[in-house]
Amino acid sequence: MMETKKPEFNKVSDYIWEISKDYREDMRVPVRVYSSRALLDEMDLQVYDQISNVATLPGIQKYAYCMPDGHSGYGFPIGGVAAMDSEDGVISPGGIGFDINCGMRLIRTNLTIDDVQPKLRELIDVLYDRVPAGVGKGGILKLNKQEFKELVDEGARWCIDKGYGWGEDLERIELNGRAQYADSSKISEKAIKRGLDQVGTLGSGNHYLEIQHVLEENVVDSGLAKKWGLFPGQIVVMFHCGSRGFGHQVATEYLKLFLDVMKSKYGIKIRDRELASAPFNSPEGQDYFKAMGCAVNMGFANRQTILHRIRNSFEKVFGQSAEDMEMHQVYDISHNRASLEEHEVDGEKKKLIVHRKGATASFGPGRKEVPELYRDDGQPVIIGGSMETGSWLLAGTEDAKQTWYTTAHGSGRTMSRTQAKKKYRGEKLQKRLEEQGIYIKATSYAGLAEEAGGAYKPIDEVVETTHQAGLSKKVAKMKPIGNIKG
Amino acid sequence: MPYSFVEGATMADVAFEATGKNLEELFESAGKAVTKSMIENIESIEEETSVEFSLNHGSVDRLLHDFLDELVYYKDAENLFFSGYMLKIRKEEGKYYLEAMLKGEKINPDKHELVVNVKAVSWHKYEVKKKEDAWKAFVILDV
Repeated sequence: MMETKKPEFNKVSDYIWEISKDYREDMRVPVRVYSSRALLDEMDLQVYDQISNVATLPGIQKYAYCMPDGHSGYGFPIGGVAAMDSEDGVISPGGIGFDINCGMRLIRTNLTIDDVQPKLRELIDVLYDRVPAGVGKGGILKLNKQEFKELVDEGARWCIDKGYGWGEDLERIELNGRAQYADSSKISEKAIKRGLDQVGTLGSGNHYLEIQHVLEENVVDSGLAKKWGLFPGQIVVMFHCGSRGFGHQVATEYLKLFLDVMKSKYGIKIRDRELASAPFNSPEGQDYFKAMGCAVNMGFANRQTILHRIRNSFEKVFGQSAEDMEMHQVYDISHNRASLEEHEVDGEKKKLIVHRKGATASFGPGRKEVPELYRDDGQPVIIGGSMETGSWLLAGTEDAKQTWYTTAHGSGRTMSRTQAKKKYRGEKLQKRLEEQGIYIKATSYAGLAEEAGGAYKPIDEVVETTHQAGLSKKVAKMKPIGNIKG
Repeated sequence: MPYSFVEGATMADVAFEATGKNLEELFESAGKAVTKSMIENIESIEEETSVEFSLNHGSVDRLLHDFLDELVYYKDAENLFFSGYMLKIRKEEGKYYLEAMLKGEKINPDKHELVVNVKAVSWHKYEVKKKEDAWKAFVILDV
């Protein structure tokens, strides 16, 4: 149904492709797609339309970027990155997505594949029981409205104060687990009601919890891997989820508010209503930023609560304490968020509101955004792959300043959900993966088929592109052996 | 009620087209498409409980969007899926008014074959129009 044709690209390097500002007359800046030639050829054409729409937003600086895992979404493409001047630019909920602070968490253990393999089924079954997944499952925490408001003001710290986690977890979360600018007076009763029973839920779609194995041949930077607590043969846990219905409702409501005021009050014209925007420096823009902060905190709190249950589950299965199993968190990163950051633009320091939608921050060594624990080496970057192909741990780089310190977030889809369901059958897929040594429990067979590895881009090529382009550097790849799919 | 899922409109999400002879039918078709995208056996949803709400807006496309947002809201806030739709839509002085009574039941994974969670109704390519004697809507859902 699309009439889109491929734009002309100017090759900047083997991994950077530029669409000129002249491609469309309403573009304020050029587009830069970070991609290998092969990934570029396979990108769906709507990506280019969508990222060109992003290039029209008021206050956008330098370029509209698309990461190598980019694919078409609604509004911004997934993998879209745009930084707006905080003085005279806009904030756009569509540049963050409905699933505010969807992100990844990685936990290490001192267990090896030999310790876990014999108990893998039991472990997955216990995790499946204890970490609610799928549509309609209630959360781990039972909160009243006041407690929920405290939680979204305070983020992961609230959970830790209530006993859900370790004090050290906080320094291993972006923003130390709390968006300081969050203000629960900016969220609605409906948003609260939608999120109240969902703290500690995985959700569905591409959200998952995975037991992974660090293979010796997959450790690329052994020095950094060791420093960050990874070793060959090790078992680690990775999971992917966001701020659930609460974040979805915040985005839904503010998008409508922006649609109401955008043109009449601020004279902003956009190509696509999903890109509804308001000046960052406006009452509406500021209110959304503060409400989004609450959803960022809900995302951190959600993952914090799940981490607590993961530690409990390991304790039950292995009969040791989580401390004895050294279940330290490596890092927690968000890949759907807008963030107020200071960057250099043509030699001048500016405060920018950086939108990352399906894109991960990748701050390099020395940057103040990186927790002290990792400041010498750059922040840990977690890029989650499909349940078949494995996931990566990387490090942020100084070179990533070319994209406002941003890199990819995952594999990126190449096949729609309907196509995937036609090609794969959930039960068969589950069996095939079991033969490959990956034990999967899913809340839905149809949902499982939609997430087949073949529906995604090759993760290694996405990661290689970020490595070669200097956006993040490889540390180690982890291979799945068990997966819970929401 | 006629709705159909549309291929090729979105890579990661769900797109559908809904139609109706009048606005009530259009809203019901679109509502059922939202539910069908989350649950395979939509016919298994029984009418055990009901909710009532009213909405209004100056434009019909905003009214439909608000209505679909309500379905997504009830799915999380009350754990409800709906199958029975009693809708009344009228236009007065340039504004559309919807009165809705929806019947359905609590989500039950043992009975409802769940597929994927709808996070939100997007605005991307969203469109409601009247063509000849029928209303038509195109909707992309974030899942």
